[in-house]
Amino acid sequence: MQSDSLDGTARPQDGEGLGVLPEKEPPAPHAPREAILEVRDLVRHFPLTQGVVVKRQVGAVKAVDGVSFDLRRGETLGLVGESGCGKSTVAKLVTSLETPTAGSILYKGEDVTRLSGRALKAVRRNIQMVFQDPYTSLNPRMTVGDIVGEPFDIHPEAAPRGERRRRVQELLDVVGLNPEYVNRYPHQFSGGQRQRIGIARGLALRPEVIVADEPVSALDVSVQAQVVNLMERLQDEFGLSYVFIAHDLSVVRHISDRVGVMYLGKIVEIGTEREIYEHPTHPYTQALLSAVPVPDPSAGERRTRIVLEGDVPSPANPPSGCRFRTRCWRAADRCAQEEPVLQVPAVLRHAEGPAHHPSACHYAEEKERIVPG
Amino acid sequence: MVERAPESPSAADEPPAGSPTAAAAGGGGGTGAAAGLAAPGEQAPGPAAPPGTEPGPSGQARSLWSDAWHDLRRNPVFVVSALLILFLVLISVWPGLIATRNPLSCQLNKSLDPASPGHWFGYDTQGCDVYTRVVYGARTSVTVGVCATLGVAVAGSVLGGLAGFFGGWWDALLSRVTDVFFGIPIMLGGLVFLSMTGSRSVWTVIAFIVLLGWPQIARIARGSVISAKQNDYVQAARALGAGNARMLVRHILPNAVAPVIVTATIALGTYIALEATLSYLGVGLQPPTVSWGADISDASQGMQFRNAPHILLYPAAALSLTVLAFIMLGDAVRDALDPKLR
Amino acid sequence: MTQTQTQPVPPSPSGPERLLEVRDLHVEFRTREGVAKAVNGVSLDVAEGETLAVLGESGSGKSVTAQAVMGILDTPPGRVTGGRILFEGRDLLALREEERRSVRGARMAMIFQDALSALNPVLSVGYQLGEMFRVHRGSSRKEARERAVELMERVRIPAARTRVDDYPHQFSGGMRQRIMIAMALALEPRLIIADEPTTALDVTVQAQVMELLADLQREFRMGLILITHDLGVVADVADEIVVMYAGRVVESAPVRELYRAPAHPYTKGLLDSIPRLDQKGQQLDAVKGLPPSLLRIPPGCGFHPRCPVARPLCHADEPPLYEVGRGRASACHFWEELLDAE
Repeated sequence: MQSDSLDGTARPQDGEGLGVLPEKEPPAPHAPREAILEVRDLVRHFPLTQGVVVKRQVGAVKAVDGVSFDLRRGETLGLVGESGCGKSTVAKLVTSLETPTAGSILYKGEDVTRLSGRALKAVRRNIQMVFQDPYTSLNPRMTVGDIVGEPFDIHPEAAPRGERRRRVQELLDVVGLNPEYVNRYPHQFSGGQRQRIGIARGLALRPEVIVADEPVSALDVSVQAQVVNLMERLQDEFGLSYVFIAHDLSVVRHISDRVGVMYLGKIVEIGTEREIYEHPTHPYTQALLSAVPVPDPSAGERRTRIVLEGDVPSPANPPSGCRFRTRCWRAADRCAQEEPVLQVPAVLRHAEGPAHHPSACHYAEEKERIVPG
Repeated sequence: MVERAPESPSAADEPPAGSPTAAAAGGGGGTGAAAGLAAPGEQAPGPAAPPGTEPGPSGQARSLWSDAWHDLRRNPVFVVSALLILFLVLISVWPGLIATRNPLSCQLNKSLDPASPGHWFGYDTQGCDVYTRVVYGARTSVTVGVCATLGVAVAGSVLGGLAGFFGGWWDALLSRVTDVFFGIPIMLGGLVFLSMTGSRSVWTVIAFIVLLGWPQIARIARGSVISAKQNDYVQAARALGAGNARMLVRHILPNAVAPVIVTATIALGTYIALEATLSYLGVGLQPPTVSWGADISDASQGMQFRNAPHILLYPAAALSLTVLAFIMLGDAVRDALDPKLR
Repeated sequence: MTQTQTQPVPPSPSGPERLLEVRDLHVEFRTREGVAKAVNGVSLDVAEGETLAVLGESGSGKSVTAQAVMGILDTPPGRVTGGRILFEGRDLLALREEERRSVRGARMAMIFQDALSALNPVLSVGYQLGEMFRVHRGSSRKEARERAVELMERVRIPAARTRVDDYPHQFSGGMRQRIMIAMALALEPRLIIADEPTTALDVTVQAQVMELLADLQREFRMGLILITHDLGVVADVADEIVVMYAGRVVESAPVRELYRAPAHPYTKGLLDSIPRLDQKGQQLDAVKGLPPSLLRIPPGCGFHPRCPVARPLCHADEPPLYEVGRGRASACHFWEELLDAE
């Protein structure tokens, strides 16, 4: 079966152990590379309206409420959070599928949110998206060749007409699919293969940034790993920068250089993968990490588990002050009045080492043994 | 299953990343004749993958429309219904091809006479030859049915589709307008509208049907466009920089057209019948015009068809056959546009 | 599949009373493309107070097995074609439909993945919970409502008395799943089958729900079958694990042993392919290839096309479930090598 050779990750290129590919650069927090994307104070409110004929606004769902981060060239920034934290909206804002209510997205210094028409189209070439659901993200009535080739129809300057078919086949090859599948339809493929088609489409225009919104969460465990490996290989080959959005903390840790943790439309903590996973200082991050099921029955005894009370509040009516305070075991009066800023907390300002990273908590503190080691 | 199919272009062996070697491998596979013969167990492994029915990698790029046409030509339902419709169109244009008499020259003394040699369908109440009238009636009925359906489908899908796609005030306005039209009883509307027009031709009737019929399709088109619009692939196209026209034509239209086709082909029959009812009420076509609808309503008057069933049977059969042909055609087209059914 | 070799029964813990014994269960689905063999000779046991995790990917037959045990298989197209399901000593497959219905809900209950679609949106949760008592116990409306409040308190829904008249959409995902659990518990069943109960929930809520489920199970000494694809979720709560692949049990073991030393290459592959928080490596050891189509399960060992240790024997001979240790079984010809390598 062809899948064994084409779909399998047993491909020699995939085995990084063979040393074919350059080692993924180690996270280098102290030598920041050039930021390719700078997101500043991004806000997206969805108005809640009432009335059929005359609509009047009665409130707003604050899906994203002041998010800032940098994406550096060649790195993977992971965004984690629970449903409703606004991570998918961030993905749509960064890819210009939504217009922000306020804030800016600078791509190589140019504010994308102010662009339209031809200029926007040009930027879109460089910022592409991979969607979560491989079943709805491919048009069921287009052949794989048409799907992967559509970017060239939209941007005719990217490839001369006669070249396109060959380019499509190359792309399929790059993502580990048989180039002969161009005339097949999406339903003839499994979830993992469809996700590869989606990735091929995203790669077609040779973008610099790929925003992947839960790219593996709809896939089976054994196939997830194949797609994660593929994305890592493509990053090395094409020098891509990823914004990798997922709710699965283990996958995010695996692929990310830096990680931002989101809660109710805000980033509550951001740092390198090691800073966040081994030295989290925000209570929410700590709770989130402690809740991750670990596939090791004996790990249960070696870790402290923080089970949070209650549910995430509605983003239409977030709590005052710190948004996490309603579920936080360390909340005090100050948390209700004063909104914590995402910065290196004062108590840790003089601390050396990995606890020294931005965390939006008045009482930020390191906690031992969140993740069993 | 472990061994690799030898004729596969073995992408796995080639260095990836758009290097010329990989491209050559892809191209080689495309031209290699052996690659066309799907070896057993070589098909796509996904659970949904059908057995190797694929014609194999040809050098030809295929699209939905070419695939649909390829399928339709091999679909007996399509072939039969298309031939039937072609035949109907032919006799509508040239009824003289198969009927030699005049539908308007009738002999009252033969009223309700049964079939006889040369007059296979018998005579109606007025003593007209039923066969000739069925043949000549095709023109009016098919014209009304096809043109009204086309008009309704085009007006309805454009208005409804755009409303669904763009939303906003245009959508709100359209929804209210369709509500108003739904509130008009079609018979009452017909009586008022058509009695105001002086001389009524086939086109007056068609215009009336389109005027009152489009909201039905508009509502369906709006709904299916809205549901197609929400799919991620439309977002994906937008993220690639596609404009509204491309999103509508390439992504939404093919995925939203099926319910419109189904409703429109079913409505075709009702439009033919509607023309008959309007004629019966005296606001449709005037007597010299021959139509199946008029003949059916004439035949159903006064229970004459009890003694002479043929006067109802033949025009009604012609009507049913026509409606069936269009419904079958619609079904075949809809299925051909769904790759999952291949 | 031919049942030539005797399938050793997975050993069950002695001591607590055996609640459910499934023996050599076969389920098929008739589809347009052919017969899909969803379950091929599955045997499993659940004792009182025990949690059995059934682990597998989509298409492994885990959910179909559960549906067959519950008696809610879609028939047609699905059909149980062989085997026995002994529950509290009775063969459920031999019961008449009315008798099975009395078992369902009262003696065994099910929790589904998608709580929103499993609850009726137009009825209040109190009404839906109370319905269990009105229908099965003939309670009065007032009494049923009172019991509904009790149940909601038992699954730790805050302010149960004020929320009993709320509708499903007014609850969050985690709360809705609690209501589903309350509904399953209503008649104090002996066995609960939970099909991916936390898959749709966020991690922090997932932890709450799993903890609740484990507490309730301990309290009532019920048997619990936990169907999941998530190796992490089951690690903390399960006693025994059954791993399914292509409709067969490939490994069964006490939970600790399975994670410590998997005796089947598929289990090992699954464990290796999940990135772990406590082990950041560069490359994941993915299982190559894709799960097979149930229409065309490979001959011999169903896993051999994806197996890193497959040999010619595996292409021809379907491995039986070998007993590989105390309470452990593996359907791999080469289990000894795997265990030795650990």
